Amino acid sequence: MRIVRAGDAGLLGAVAAGGVLGSVGRYAVGLALPHDTGAFAWSTFLVNVTGSLGMGVLVVWVLSMTSPHPWLRPFLGVGVLGGWTTFSSFALDFHAMVQAGHGLLAAAYLVGSLMAGLVAVGLGISLGERLFGRRP
Amino acid sequence: MNASSALLVVVGAAVGAPLRFVVDRWAREHTRAGTILGTLVVNVAGSLVLGLVAGLRDAPDWVLPLVGIGFCGALTTFSTLAFETWVFFEERAWRAFAANLALTFGLGLPAVWLGFLLG
Repeated sequence: MRIVRAGDAGLLGAVAAGGVLGSVGRYAVGLALPHDTGAFAWSTFLVNVTGSLGMGVLVVWVLSMTSPHPWLRPFLGVGVLGGWTTFSSFALDFHAMVQAGHGLLAAAYLVGSLMAGLVAVGLGISLGERLFGRRP
Repeated sequence: MNASSALLVVVGAAVGAPLRFVVDRWAREHTRAGTILGTLVVNVAGSLVLGLVAGLRDAPDWVLPLVGIGFCGALTTFSTLAFETWVFFEERAWRAFAANLALTFGLGLPAVWLGFLLG
């Protein structure tokens, strides 16, 4: 089993580049929408929900192609959207809200992020099907 | 935007994103759970590391943007988690739907606590 293989350089480079784009974008959103420790993390909520919407569109778009470039989905899905969205900050936000004694807020943040993320994926798929045709 | 912090985010993300890709590929090729397991592993591991970084006392300024925002942020994902969960929902695969969420939150949230305590 080889973790990194010959011929991976371009593919992993594309994923890294996508991850950088998404992550710098997320960092900028975090600076634009700062929140106090233990308060509702709107910046994380925003990137996670919009990234989920983007993922829905992306999957339909890639499925609509006869022969997508093998780097396309890793670049956009793992790289850009994976970098833009984050589970670790979401989990740390939740932890901070609980530590601050805002248990109810933490629960609302968890359930709200999950529900909004799922709805966003569904909306993204519908949007993608309007743009690129129904999934095969 | 602070240029040196942004550069640290760039470096961290340039490592975290391809690491996630190879973990995902390994899970796809070697386990039945496939990408679901890959997503779970990166999310739990990334949460543990972010908890560690956030819990560090007297950590130098460069640690959080490099390791926390860049590396852990790019390693972990919410969009793929939401997509994979949505697929279980669409397929009415309720056991898988519930198990995926229970494992993700049941391991990912305590991972931050654990990291924070160790940090």
